[in-house]
Formats: sequence, structure tokens, C-alpha cells
Amino acid sequence: MNVSKSPWLLHYDGSSCNGCDIEVLACLTPVYDVERFGVINTGNPKHADIFLITGGINHQNAQVVRQIYNQMPKPKVVVAVGICACNGGIFKECYNIQGGVDTVLPVDIYVPGCAARPEAIMDGVVKAVALLDQKRKKAAEQPAPDPKEAG
Amino acid sequence: MATRSVVPFGPQHPVLPEPIHLDLVLEDEKVVEAVPSIGFVHRGLEKLVEKKDFHEYVYVAERICGICSFMHGMGYCEAVERIMKVEVPQRAHYLRTIWCEMSRIHSHLLWLGLLADAFGFESLFMQSWRLREKILDMFEVSTGGRVIFSVNKIGGVRKDMDADMLKSFVALFDGMEKELRILSKTFLNDYAVNSRLQGVGFLTKQQAHDFGAVGPFMRASGIDRDTRKLGYAAYPDLDFEPITSDVGDCYARTQVRIKEIFQSFDLIRQAAAKIPDGEIAVPVKGFPDGEHFMRVEQPRGEAIYYVKANGTKFLDRVRVRTPTFANLPAMLETLKGCQLADVPILILTIDPCISCTER
Repeated sequence: MNVSKSPWLLHYDGSSCNGCDIEVLACLTPVYDVERFGVINTGNPKHADIFLITGGINHQNAQVVRQIYNQMPKPKVVVAVGICACNGGIFKECYNIQGGVDTVLPVDIYVPGCAARPEAIMDGVVKAVALLDQKRKKAAEQPAPDPKEAG
Repeated sequence: MATRSVVPFGPQHPVLPEPIHLDLVLEDEKVVEAVPSIGFVHRGLEKLVEKKDFHEYVYVAERICGICSFMHGMGYCEAVERIMKVEVPQRAHYLRTIWCEMSRIHSHLLWLGLLADAFGFESLFMQSWRLREKILDMFEVSTGGRVIFSVNKIGGVRKDMDADMLKSFVALFDGMEKELRILSKTFLNDYAVNSRLQGVGFLTKQQAHDFGAVGPFMRASGIDRDTRKLGYAAYPDLDFEPITSDVGDCYARTQVRIKEIFQSFDLIRQAAAKIPDGEIAVPVKGFPDGEHFMRVEQPRGEAIYYVKANGTKFLDRVRVRTPTFANLPAMLETLKGCQLADVPILILTIDPCISCTER
């Protein structure tokens, strides 16, 4: 099994302004076309290896983000796309924003930008793939986990 | 009587780029009622006026939504300019009009792609977005950004387009128009596409009026109303008529939006031919005092900006009524009686923008 040859993405819009979302989608379309690297955008958390989140976290979406993360199989990598997902960005002072994605999930890769450019997002995904490989190798070295604890 | 069941739809759903949750009450496959619950994208940015001064707030206003970011910034700026009675140079008005229409083209192409994706026509989705990238390149050349531009400021715009750039844009639009004609043939004549769009999700003229629908959603039901006709920016100098259809189904909405893209090409050509020379901004001194309602026609319909100022550098209140918010009641009405499998397409044909709606 080598997921790094074809990592599948799941994209969720936290509370972004759409700017980063459409750039994530733009990565999948002909000009940038990440599908040529085997990357597929999926809607199903159980199929996903990389979790792309755009936008900050508020009280209502915190549990949705956590739920999606818990449903994803291990190993998994979380990529925060855009400055809002990194630390709240321009909306940091808004009353309904808790902060970046790292307030609820362990974030592996931070992609800055407002909006994050497709090149930057792709760079983040490439780094995520390398990390995914590392995590997989590390998991293989360790003894098999107790099935009750496996997420 | 068939038993009723409730199917949750969203917030994370493959067809939705943005989170919205609907509880669909079904009788067999038929939707009886749709109950929305929103608030997943709520940030509370209207309250930021208390922390950012009225010049800085332009950047926040642009980030209400990344798709119509230019128009949000412009609507806010025009409202403040009217309170302060700033005379914006005519060239700035024309530049704003050109960027507005470019935003409309990019937004409608984006929507056409998402619609194609929703009915499972993957290559049509890719083609629409390929065409859209050309507009984004033009944005990048003229403003420096792809989706968020920050070219608006109170008193005018920050960047100018020279004659060569305008000429090259018009030439590029000619090429895009040809490609769009080929695409629109598939959207409007293809058998498979028609079977998904025709006769689905009717909204009558009376319903559109009663539920207060706006934008292409309303115009596809036969109401001839376009906020651009009120005459902001350079629109009073340009010649155009609102595009309508009398049918009111998903097909009519697609048709109206495709025709609007061609109309936008035409408006940009008119503006590029008429644009006067001169300054692009005037200096703004002092603080605003008073209130104003500004109405702007966005790709999704009419947006209203209410700005109340108190003579200091912080505004009292900014309120935005966005087009999707106005279209939601009418959308819930059209959902009643449709098949479960048609729900994604129906939701998409109002061109929902959740981040605008919840701000």
C-alpha cells in the first residue's frame, strides 16, 4: 500500500469567504490540474487521506470539522489553507471566530495567503504527501494498535 | 399515505462547495418540505466596523465573499462616498464598471461549471473553469490579485488600465466569446443536459414577486428588473436591457445566465470604447456623517449596503443584505414537490453564496 502515489483530498469550507475555496477547486481544473498527480477530490471522509480546510473555526462548525477528521482513516494529514485557517486572519477579531483550525485539530501544514494561490495550495499538498509517507512508515514500525482505539 | 422520513443534507456534501444544512422531509422520493439551518460560516464581520476605521473596512467588505469581492468593496465604497458627497472621477466609475462586469463573467462561468458538476457532466465543468481562468489572468494583470483585489478605495480606485491593456482585453474577450458559444450549445441543446434542467423547479412570476427573489433567479421567472438600471458607476452611459425568460425552470435560469455573460462582454466593449481620460481617485478628507442605502446588482442579484456614520472614524453600523439571503425563501418553495435527486441542481440554480448570506 502506497497512498502517496494517489492521495485523495477532502475539502471543507470552515468559515472562509469563498476565495480560498474557489482556488482549491481551481487546482483541480485544467490550468493547474492536480489530477495528473493522482490527486482526487472526494466528498467522502472515509476515502480521504488529506484534509484541506479553508476559513477559521466558529462554534457551529467546530464539531463538524472534528467529526470529519475522526471519520478519516489513518494516516491522515491536515492542511490549513489560507490565512483565516492558519490563525483567523482578517476575521480574527470577529466575535464568532475562535481562531485558526489548530484550535480544534492538529494541523500539519499551513498554507498562507489571502486568498491562497493555487501554486501555494499545490505546494502544501505536495508537502502533505511526503508527510503522509512518513506517517505511514512510522505506523508500520509500531505494533498493531488495539482495534478498539483505531479511528 | 406514504410514510414521511427526514433526510439530512449537508453541511459537508459533495455537491456543496460551501456548508449549508437542509432537513428534507420526504414522502417516498418526493420532497414535501425543506427546513434550512444556517450559521456554519457566520463570522460577525459587520461588527468589525467598531474595530476598523472606515478606510480599513473596505478590505473587510471585500472579504464578505471571495466570488463577488470586487462588487462588495465597491458597494461599500459607493455608500460611504455618497454620505461624504465625494465626486468620484468618471474614469474610476468606468474602471469599476469594467471590473464589475469581469466579475460577473467569472462568477457565471464558475456557476456553469458547478452546475455541470452537479448533473455529472465532468468535461463541461472542466471546460467552463478553463474559460474562467482567462478572466482570472486578466484580473491578475490589471489588479494583481486573482480573487481578492483590493483595488477599490473610498474616492476612486487604486490602479489604472492603460489603452493597450484595454485593447488586449477586448481582443481576448472576442476569443472567449467564440469559445463560450460552443459551450453554450452544449448547455442549451444537449439532450442529457436538457433532461436534467427542463421542467425542474418551477418558480412562477407571482411566486418570484411574493417571495422577493432577486437577480437571474427572478429574471428567469419573467420579472424585468435589474439594479444596474438604477444608474451607479458608469451604467447610465451604457446601453443594455435586463435579460429575462418567462419559463421559470432550471433551464431558464441557465439560459438567462449564459445570455448575461454575452451581455457583460458587450458592456465591457462599450465601456472600453467610451472610457474618458483623467484621474482615477480623489483625496478624501474628514469623516462621514449620515446614512445611506446603496443598491448594487451582483452576479447573484441585488445586494443592499446600509451604512450609518456618526462623524468619527468608526462607523456606527454596516448592514449587508445579500442576494442569496433574499433568494432562500423562494428556493425552499421550489424544493417542495421535487424529486430527491433534483435537490442538488435546484439548490445550485439559485447560485447560492453561503458566505455572503451568513457573513
